[in-house]
Amino acid sequence: MNAIIVSTLLGVVMMFCSWITTSAKTQRNIGLVGMLILIAANLAQLKGWWVIDFDTKGMLAFNQIGLFANMTLFILTFLYVWINGEEIEKVGNHHTADYYAIFFFILCGVSVLTSFDNLLMLFIGIEILSIPLYILTGADKKNLLSNEASLKYFLMGSFSTGILLLGITFIYGATGSFHLTMPVINPATHMVTEHFLMSAGLILLFASMNFKVSAAPFHFWTPDVYDGAPTVFTSFMATIVKAAGFIAFIKVFETQRMALGFTWYIILSFVIVSTLLIGNITAVFQRSVKRMLAYSSIAQAGFMLFALYGNSIFNTEAILLYIVAYSLATIGLFAVLVKMKDYSFESFNGLAKQNPVLAFLTTLFLFSLAGIPLTAGFFAKYYMLNALLTAGAGLWLLIVAILFAAVSVFYYFKLVQAMYFTPGTPAINEIDKKYEFKLWVLAALILILGVFPSMLFNYLYF
Amino acid sequence: MFLLLFLLIPIFAAIALLFIKKEQSVNLIAIGSGLLTLLGALHIILNKTGNYDASWLPILNSRFLLQADGLAKILILLTAISFPAIFIATSHNQTNQKNVFLSLMLLTQAGLMGVFLAGDALLFYFFWELALIPVYFLCSIWGGEKRITVTFKFFIYTFLGSLFMLIGIILLYSNTADHSFLIESLKHANVSPAQSATAFALFFIAFAIKMPIFPLHTWQPDAYEQSPTAVTMVLSAVMVKMGLYGIIRWLMPLFPTAFLAHANLVIILSVIGILYASFIAIRQDDMKRLIAYSSIAHIGLMNAALFTHNQVGIQGAFIQLFSHGVNVLGLWIIADVIEQQTGTRSMKALGGIAKKQPTLAILLVGFAFANIALPLTNAFIGEFLMFNSLFQFNPWIAAAAGVSVVLAAIYTLNMVQKVAYGEVSEATHLMTAPNKNAQGVLIVLLVIVFVTGVYPQPLFDVTADTLKQLFVK
Repeated sequence: MNAIIVSTLLGVVMMFCSWITTSAKTQRNIGLVGMLILIAANLAQLKGWWVIDFDTKGMLAFNQIGLFANMTLFILTFLYVWINGEEIEKVGNHHTADYYAIFFFILCGVSVLTSFDNLLMLFIGIEILSIPLYILTGADKKNLLSNEASLKYFLMGSFSTGILLLGITFIYGATGSFHLTMPVINPATHMVTEHFLMSAGLILLFASMNFKVSAAPFHFWTPDVYDGAPTVFTSFMATIVKAAGFIAFIKVFETQRMALGFTWYIILSFVIVSTLLIGNITAVFQRSVKRMLAYSSIAQAGFMLFALYGNSIFNTEAILLYIVAYSLATIGLFAVLVKMKDYSFESFNGLAKQNPVLAFLTTLFLFSLAGIPLTAGFFAKYYMLNALLTAGAGLWLLIVAILFAAVSVFYYFKLVQAMYFTPGTPAINEIDKKYEFKLWVLAALILILGVFPSMLFNYLYF
Repeated sequence: MFLLLFLLIPIFAAIALLFIKKEQSVNLIAIGSGLLTLLGALHIILNKTGNYDASWLPILNSRFLLQADGLAKILILLTAISFPAIFIATSHNQTNQKNVFLSLMLLTQAGLMGVFLAGDALLFYFFWELALIPVYFLCSIWGGEKRITVTFKFFIYTFLGSLFMLIGIILLYSNTADHSFLIESLKHANVSPAQSATAFALFFIAFAIKMPIFPLHTWQPDAYEQSPTAVTMVLSAVMVKMGLYGIIRWLMPLFPTAFLAHANLVIILSVIGILYASFIAIRQDDMKRLIAYSSIAHIGLMNAALFTHNQVGIQGAFIQLFSHGVNVLGLWIIADVIEQQTGTRSMKALGGIAKKQPTLAILLVGFAFANIALPLTNAFIGEFLMFNSLFQFNPWIAAAAGVSVVLAAIYTLNMVQKVAYGEVSEATHLMTAPNKNAQGVLIVLLVIVFVTGVYPQPLFDVTADTLKQLFVK
């Protein structure tokens, strides 16, 4: 509860912040301090030091994993804002404080999504998360692409929310309650008695959640929206928002998937394979790095969907590690991309000669996304494959996964090739030491998690 | 503890090299680190060194375990000899950013040593990949004209192979009683025969790509040709041994049943590969490509001998792991010296080196003999034992593989004839003073060739313990 209340209050504070000061730098600093307060508030609840608590009539339920997920997402947001602060100020009409207000509202949505225990709260959480995103996407008001992306996202998003509501209605029709209850198992057959309304509702819910995490065949909005949105905000959408979507997705289907019986594995496998296929294969042919990253985020979502295959602790660990590894690397890559003058692969040519440190850092981020050992991405993939095998998935699914992992190496390394092996002058803006240092922090986190992934989980259990 | 320090020598040297630009000192550091590693390797072989065992990932129960048994020792010795030899022999070559080049070479060395020393499957996987990444950069930056696509093909091939191995490792690991990656635990993993066969296939694909075995060899000749010669030396002298090492260290003990069940198939593939590579080698005009194909043939023979699961054959393969490395290294160094001085590798354009540089020609003949496995050279012992085991396995297969000996003589002697003898060609006229460093290294290697050819007992002694362990029921 701490996080929900504090983030809302901070959002309101930020909204009125421009009355107090017009300096973008001060507003940013207030925002950063706000993030720290939010992190502290959530930590207080995690440790049980100070908890705002009242009876939500079972609408919300706070557990360790949800609070821990909050923790990781808040810290990632903090890192994101810390690194991209100056770039955020440059977007649109310099409404810096407003952007921070929007971030806090999104984080409020995130905290609802990590703690809902009721389908209505799921709906509210998703809406709180989505509506600010439509604004962020269209933040670059003078840019036609940004407007187009925003409108597209809004229309598609509303449509998918409609599907979500329809699904919830069906489930209500089947069970007479909005609560996430364990499906009843028939003692005679040891199977869940399938109920038509329930199954239909869950499948609609499934489709809508797939839309939110941009899994195929509901991914069509992703490339255009990610490409059209201001690059700094794409970074935020592709990491923290997507991660929150995944946590909600898992929270719903951890238990409810049983109501679908064996059908669940069929539809899930279909979605996973098509997501991996479409994301990876299309990414290979992209000529713009930003669009390649959009497709790569679809492909990575395919990998994250593996966490839905089982419901053991392995799956939870795997998705958390994957979220962190993927977000760190993606934030890093977008932070480099935002400094480029144009987003084609050619603009990276010869970067290693001109700025070896930046080229090295970019390579490290790409390695992590590709899952090369010594980076966090490797253990993320390892945990995911392990969870998948433990959940009893067929070997064919693992083999599909690694085949596409090899395909992903193809397009990630295209960038490495451009930086290191193709001569040329990179089209890049000036990068100061301070910015480089921030990227080093990300790189250090990736390397530390790449050698000691258990550091992340130590905080989960103790 | 000593093993850890041993592994850290090249890593520290590699880091130090990044900050030094002067060519003289760069060479000195690389060679010094190489020689220090060689001393360490000798210490490991002659004295008993304890394992290094530390907790690494407690949550997965993976351990940082380094251990040196006979098999590891012989490959460490090969690695430790190869790198300083390469550094000394190529020290005069012109290379841009030589410090980065040598730094990446040393990282490769560390990765290779790690592969050979690791006693924990996850650690093994780690080093397996770490050895690959510096090579990717080495080949793509300093390689030949088509380097980028060729190296990329090589990288994706091996990366996919290692991912298959990763699934195999996870498959076994999730079925172990104590959830551990140690060989002993994986050996007793509770898997059904079908699962065991699957895991066998997953591991085998990784090793087969690395060696490579027909039909997964397509990356190799291109990669050898396009890589800078120093890297080609590493690839063919040491790196391909990773595949064979993997078979002995992991496949044999972990999947005894599946191993025997698939022996026929693998041996037939290997023999096809041997003949295929030998025939192609005959048609080659480029020295580098010829040596590359000859190397595929030799590796195929070693793999076939391993799969006979015959003590004699495996003993032969152990010896050959070392001998093949030394021989092929010698050939590459000669090819490099010739290319550096004449600017060509085409055998048509060469000729008459014996008149210009008699020492080099004599050395070439020496290594050529070793490549054909004439008696008195080191390769003879190994090949003799390996053919022996193949014959016991199936005389027809042995006969088919035996043709490769004749073919080896054809292409190797043909090369010697075209390169060393005949009229002094235009390209050969360009040859200047002999490269003293390279010749010194070659003489040392040739001494090793003949000494181990006449008296191979020390090599048998080193590997005796691994062999015993493999055949203890």
